[in-house]
Amino acid sequence: MTTRITIALSKGRIFKETLPLLAHAGIVPVDDPETSRKLILDTNDDNVKLVIIRASDVPTYVQYGAADIGVAGKDVLMEHGGEGLYEPLDLKIAQCRLMTAGPVNAPEPQGRLRIATKFVNCARRYYAEQGQQVEIIKLYGSMELAPIVGLADRIVDLVDTGNTLKANGLEPMEHIADISSRLVINKASMKMNHDTMQKFIDKIAEAVK
Amino acid sequence: MTLNNRWVLPEGIEEVLPAQAMQLEGLRRNLIDMYTSWGYDLVMPPLVEYLESLLSGTGHDLDLQTFKITDQLTGRMMGIRADMTPQVARIEAHHLKQNTPTRLCYLGTVLHTRPQGFSASRSPLQIGAELYGHEGVQSDVEILCLMVETLKLTGMDTFYIDLGHAGIFRNLVNQAGLSVEQENQLFDVLQRKAKPELAELMVEWKLNKSMANMLTSLPDLNGGEEVFDKATKIFSKADKAVIAAINNLQEIASQFKQRVANIKLHYDLSELRGYNYHTGVIFAAYAAGQGQAIAQGGRYDDIGKDFGMARPATGFSADLKMLVSLSGLKGKPVLGIFSVDSHEPALFEFIAKLRAQGERVVMALPEQQGDAHAMQCDRIIVKDGNNWTVQKI
Repeated sequence: MTTRITIALSKGRIFKETLPLLAHAGIVPVDDPETSRKLILDTNDDNVKLVIIRASDVPTYVQYGAADIGVAGKDVLMEHGGEGLYEPLDLKIAQCRLMTAGPVNAPEPQGRLRIATKFVNCARRYYAEQGQQVEIIKLYGSMELAPIVGLADRIVDLVDTGNTLKANGLEPMEHIADISSRLVINKASMKMNHDTMQKFIDKIAEAVK
Repeated sequence: MTLNNRWVLPEGIEEVLPAQAMQLEGLRRNLIDMYTSWGYDLVMPPLVEYLESLLSGTGHDLDLQTFKITDQLTGRMMGIRADMTPQVARIEAHHLKQNTPTRLCYLGTVLHTRPQGFSASRSPLQIGAELYGHEGVQSDVEILCLMVETLKLTGMDTFYIDLGHAGIFRNLVNQAGLSVEQENQLFDVLQRKAKPELAELMVEWKLNKSMANMLTSLPDLNGGEEVFDKATKIFSKADKAVIAAINNLQEIASQFKQRVANIKLHYDLSELRGYNYHTGVIFAAYAAGQGQAIAQGGRYDDIGKDFGMARPATGFSADLKMLVSLSGLKGKPVLGIFSVDSHEPALFEFIAKLRAQGERVVMALPEQQGDAHAMQCDRIIVKDGNNWTVQKI
C-alpha cells in the first residue's frame, strides 16, 4: 500500500525556499500558488499533495493530522507551543531574528513597559525570564506603528535587515531568538508511516546540507 | 443567558442521544463481561475525592486537568476525577492489600479542565484495566493483549501499537548526572524530537562525547524491529540499567507478537508519555487519520507508595466515547410491539409475558399522535376472538 502524504506550506518566502528542498526529494508542484487559486496543489507524485495555508495555521494543521508534514518558522512554533508535533529538522531557510525594538534614543519609560506584538506568548515568556512585569498588547500587523503613536513602549517582532525599523525611527534592542524554518511532522503519521516519513526526512536533511 | 442559547452546553461537554447511547451501553456491557472473563474485577471509584489523594504520584499535568471544588464540610480541597487510574491504585493499595496479583477494571466519566487535543471531549468515558502485584514481562503482555481485545471488540481492526520504555531515558539522565531542570528541558525537546535544539543543549551542558552521542541519537531510535540493533550499538557504553530497560522492552514485544497475530508494532525509544509516573514499558494505540492515541498505558510501579503499599502495577485506559465514534459499528434500532390503549387485565398479562421474553412493548396513550411506525414498532397487538395476539404490519 502506498501512503498518501499531505504537506502544509505557507505562501511567499517559505514556499519559494522550500521548493528546492522538495525537488531534491523528488517532489515538484504542478501549479504555482502565486498564480493558481487552488488551495490544494497537485505534484508530480500522485501520492503527495501540497496545501497552501497561512503560516500561523501550519502547526495546527499538522498537529491535528490534517497534514502529515509542514514547514513552519520557529517563531510560529514558539508561539504555538509545538504540542503534538515533531520538529526533527532545521531547514535553515527564511532566517531572521526575533527581537525587541524601541524608539531610537528614547528615555527609559517609567512603570510597566507596554509591549506591542503578535507574538504574545513569546513576548510574555521572554520578559518573565528577564524578571520584568509587562503589559502585552496583541496586534496583527504594522507593529512599528505602535511606539510612534504612543500605543506601546516597545515591540517584539521579527527582524531581518532592520530597514523597516530604521525607516520608522526604531532600533533593534534585545535578541530573543534566532529564527529559521523547521520541518514539522504529525506524531501519529510518524508512528504509522514510519518508513515513508523517515525517507522523506532523510532526503530533505541531505538537501539542507 | 438569553432564551435562545439556554440549550448550549459548555465546550467539550456532550450528551449521547438514543441510538448511540444504546450502542455505547451495549459495548460497555460487552467490555465488562470480557474483562470479567479475563479475571478482572470491576471497581467503582467515587466521582470526587480529596485533591491530595487524587493527585498522588501523578505530577503536574493531572493537576492542571483537574477541576477543583471546596468541601464545605471540612474546608479541604476536593477534585473531580480527571483520571481514574490513581483512584484504582488507591483502592488496591489501601482496601484490598492482597499479596496475590490483583486484577481490576473500571469504567466511568472523568472531567478535564481542558480538552486534550483536537475537538476532544472534556468529559470522556474512561475505561481501563490494571494488574497489580507482578513485575515481570508477562503482566505487561497480558495488559497489552487486553487493550488489543478492547479495540477489537469496539470494531476497530486497523491500528498500530507504539512501544517505548521510561527506563531508558530515566537511567540515561541518571548516568549523565543531569539536574531536574535539565531533565525537564531534555524531556520537552525529546517530545518534539527537536534535534537542532538537542544538539545545542549538549554543547551548552558540556556533556562528554559518548554521553552526548547517546542522548542525541534518541530521537532517531524509532521505527521497526531494527531499532533494537541500532540501540545495542549506540548504548554499548550505557549503564546496565539502560540496557536492562531495552532488553525488557524487546522481551515484551516478542512475547506480545507471539500471542497476537497480525499486529503492527512501532518502537519509539524517546516516547515518554506519562513519564512522571511510568516506570517501565509505555504503550499506545494509534489509528489512521487520528492525530492522537486512541488507547494508552504502561507500567507504573511506584504509585501505591503514597497510599501505604507500593506494588508493581501495569494497566491501560481509553475513552469509550471516542472508540465508539471511530468504530464502524452501527447501532441497530430495536423495533417493538405497539399495543392498543385498553384496560383489559388479559392484555396486561399478555404484555408482561412478552416483556419477560425480552420484547419491547410500547403502550399507546389515549388520543396520542403517531401510529405503530412512528413509535418504532413493526408489530401490533390485536384481539383475535377472546385472545390477544401479535400481528405483523
